[in-house]
Amino acid sequence: MKRVYVNEQWCLGCRLCEYYCAFAGIGGADMARTLKGVKINPRICVEENNGISFAVSCRHCEEPLCVKSCITGALTVNSDGGVIVVDKSRCVGCYTCILSCPYGAVSPSDDGVIQKCELCVKTVSGVPACVQGCPNNAIVFEERCVAL
Amino acid sequence: MINYLYPLYEIVRNYDRCIACRVCERQCANEVHEYICDADKVVCDDSKCVNCHRCVALCPTRALKIVKSGNTYRENANWSCKTIDEIYKQAGSGGVLLSGMGNPEKYPVYFDKILLNASQVTNPPIDPLREPMETKVSLGAKPKAVERDENGRIINNLPPQIKLSMPLMFSAMSYGSISYNAHESLARAACELGILYNTGEGGLHEDFYQYGNNTIVQVASGRFGVHTGYLNASAAIEIKMGQGAKPGIGGHLPGTKIVGDIAKTRMIPEGSDAISPAPHHDIYSIEDLRQLVYSLKEATGYKKPVIVKIAAVHNITAIASGIARSGADMIAIDGFRGGTGAAPTRIRDNVGIPIELALAGVDKRLRDEGIRDNVSIVVGGSIRSSSDVVKAVALGADSVYIASAALIAMGCHLCRNCHGGKCNWGIATQIPELVKRLNPDLGYKRLVNLLTAWEHEIKEMMGLMGINSIESLKGNRLMLRGVGLSDRELEILGIKYAGS
Amino acid sequence: MKYVIIGNSAAGVGCIEGIRQVDREGEITVISNEPYHTYSRPLISYLLYGKTDEQKMKYRPDDFYEKNNVNFIYGNVTKIDSTAKTVEYETSILVYDKLLVATGSRAFVPPFAGLDGVAERYTFMSLNDAKALEQAISQDKRVLIVGAGLIGLKCAEGIAARVKSVTVADLADRILPSILDEQGAGIVQRHIESKGIKFKLSANITRFEGNTAILDGGDAIDFDILVLAVGVRPNTALLGGIADIDKGIIVNEKSETSAENIYAAGDCTQTIDASSGKSKIMALLPNAYMQGEIAGLNMAGFTSTLKPRFIPMNAIGFFGLHIITAGGCQLTIDNGQLTINKSDNYRRFFVDNGVLRGYILIGNVEKAGIYTSLIREQIPLVHIDFELLKEKPGLMAFSREDRAKKLTI
Repeated sequence: MKRVYVNEQWCLGCRLCEYYCAFAGIGGADMARTLKGVKINPRICVEENNGISFAVSCRHCEEPLCVKSCITGALTVNSDGGVIVVDKSRCVGCYTCILSCPYGAVSPSDDGVIQKCELCVKTVSGVPACVQGCPNNAIVFEERCVAL
Repeated sequence: MINYLYPLYEIVRNYDRCIACRVCERQCANEVHEYICDADKVVCDDSKCVNCHRCVALCPTRALKIVKSGNTYRENANWSCKTIDEIYKQAGSGGVLLSGMGNPEKYPVYFDKILLNASQVTNPPIDPLREPMETKVSLGAKPKAVERDENGRIINNLPPQIKLSMPLMFSAMSYGSISYNAHESLARAACELGILYNTGEGGLHEDFYQYGNNTIVQVASGRFGVHTGYLNASAAIEIKMGQGAKPGIGGHLPGTKIVGDIAKTRMIPEGSDAISPAPHHDIYSIEDLRQLVYSLKEATGYKKPVIVKIAAVHNITAIASGIARSGADMIAIDGFRGGTGAAPTRIRDNVGIPIELALAGVDKRLRDEGIRDNVSIVVGGSIRSSSDVVKAVALGADSVYIASAALIAMGCHLCRNCHGGKCNWGIATQIPELVKRLNPDLGYKRLVNLLTAWEHEIKEMMGLMGINSIESLKGNRLMLRGVGLSDRELEILGIKYAGS
Repeated sequence: MKYVIIGNSAAGVGCIEGIRQVDREGEITVISNEPYHTYSRPLISYLLYGKTDEQKMKYRPDDFYEKNNVNFIYGNVTKIDSTAKTVEYETSILVYDKLLVATGSRAFVPPFAGLDGVAERYTFMSLNDAKALEQAISQDKRVLIVGAGLIGLKCAEGIAARVKSVTVADLADRILPSILDEQGAGIVQRHIESKGIKFKLSANITRFEGNTAILDGGDAIDFDILVLAVGVRPNTALLGGIADIDKGIIVNEKSETSAENIYAAGDCTQTIDASSGKSKIMALLPNAYMQGEIAGLNMAGFTSTLKPRFIPMNAIGFFGLHIITAGGCQLTIDNGQLTINKSDNYRRFFVDNGVLRGYILIGNVEKAGIYTSLIREQIPLVHIDFELLKEKPGLMAFSREDRAKKLTI
């Protein structure tokens, strides 16, 4: 399946991905209106240290520990594509997924449960908002052979 | 001490649209923007702004624009604000004024006073979408006549040529003056497009030897990075005698930029200044130049055409005539609007002549002297569009060189602060965090896009003139008419006035 | 192929999903002694708290059995015959080719004197328990919960707003002794107390006199409702004499018991704790699911490439304060302990022999899984920037190569 991949060689640490992610998450026609005065809580997060930076979001693992660990069944692998999705209405915010995810890609949501990248591909361009918003191709959306 | 200088530009932030994402702050190497935590607000210091538009382009909410400062000195037709500011700068620093990119002053742009012909009725235009159009060119000296052996077979007496898919090349920009990623972008684009790029006087990074068939290697007065492997890795060799932006002076890449791979590629110690002398110390005559031309040909087994690059200066026609007899295969002429990483402002803005006039003069002189086929002519120095290319070819050029346009394609916003070394677009810088801003995957693609577009446009213009091969356009001044030009200018350009 | 699964919770569901990854045809029968669609046991406290409901508690969608072609039988298994390969329940007998025992655990009820005299007495393990408790509680009832472990405290949180008072008593001197150290337990205790719950720690209940618990030393606690959450015991009896049993049913990394064609998974088993190398019961839902899935894969003949590495781990929260722990957080490892303590955000790391053995996070638990992976994979800390990681969990602490491996697949 197509996944979001990051290449830290080209990451500028500009954090636009975080803002585009937050915008995509909240929605609206205009980022300024949507995010004005909002403290964003994006599902993709840039790590930055000593001039190195890269974004991390859900890897949509073939063997997803978060899904296997989910105590409610709120986290599932979407049957038509391998995307790991969360049913927020079922999540109780126990954070077992946060405990389990080796990438740190699941985070608490503002509404008391959890959030993670669910690959927002229903954008105008057909690629996730973070990929679309990355100015330097440091985040790409592509099909790669899974190295075993 | 009083700071006499007022910022030239002001950053206008629309606080209704600013979401304080701080991308402007993170992306400005000049540290113009600053997030004030207490106020949850980003503010800016206009005095540091070079108007490079990095922040404007990356702002996700279009909250920023940069406008000319409204501040002005008392109006004076003689003492312009710019002149006064420059005096203040020099009175403060005691230094030579430095600038980047090409001459920005209001000298005439002859390309803008030349118009193209179109076929009507008696000479039908050609539709490039339906009929083949040839934009390929072959550069190099052409044999004077067909030679045959005793059996009547044609002897291949064709000197080495370079073949281009269109009459365009990327002109010299050294690794050092521009970044590794900019170089990679140019090299990869040249390969994909079937044209050449040019190393400038910075040597050839070992990573780029793979693009050798699309590389012109330069030999300049400092001889930096020149060795046999370098010469032989190329498609052609260029001897740089002069540069349009700073004719008659050398170059100086400060030691601070001579680091790591740049030092290695230039074959000089890290931290030492790379000073290219004003003259080649072994060239004081055409005969001396001929020696270097043949030295280079010897070193490369006579397989590589040799280009001699000169700045367009007053007696360009005589110089070109000499070069055409020196054994060189091509002459590259760089007009006074040609770009540079750094040049003394006074020199950039006041020395040299327009490329259009130089080209027309040289082409005519070489034809008059019957030596036009000795050399191909390549012109550069602010070729801005496909129509400039077409006009240059019609004025007699075999090909053009572009550089500023290529940089702009890669993101350059002509802020003209290349000499500052903090190019926010990752082009004219060696600071790793800035260099990485130019991802060659994107940079090369944009170059390919630009020239693909130009090629389409060139074909369209050829078609409307009823020309299906770029060779038929070369020196075809009948396709040109001037507007707003004096008789003298028309005479030099060799074109008629519009309507005549 | 006939698969029989005893138990309908996480391990059983894992097994079904494991089998169906390999074998779409085989006949799967699930026998459960609960008459419910598979539901998530840990959610019973959330049910009382009002954060979920019976529909949302379902561990899998309504069409789960149908989609996976599973026969569901409500019944109580009484006997396994490993020679005849049969399972007996009530009046019927089922034949299996492969059997999974996922019988879970039951609440342990200590033999307190006078317990029979307590009218309103509950345990807190199952949906039925929760429903019974829900019927019993009201705003004028005082509740005594015996046991300040995960179950007792989640129960306390679940009912706190719906009763007059909640007192939690435990023999131990601190709450959550199985997962927290003393300092961490103090932080959590104060937080829970701030929500109106009272604690009686180091409280040794000697006997009950009607609705009064009498403590060693003479103190007494009056209550209306008693919840016993002292601990749990694995349900291993069905395999008595058939497979090796220690505290739990012993299983290997394929979830096989010592008996042929019989697998076991979940709270009724004991297996190797990757953080300590010791065999123990790790009665946790994620482990149950994964053991079940591995069992299912193997039962269906697929040689699983999954390398199960189970560790004790818990993510739990009380009244908005989150706690995540993993590995050996008991204070048995003394050398090289590392502690970071920052106001509300308590962090403690247990390092031994250059690897992380356990950690406790209270408050800010972001990216805890990165620490968990260090324990699970036993990654030598010399290969990473652990100092950075302790302050700020992230992939930044790994080498560029390791990071590239993680992020490019």
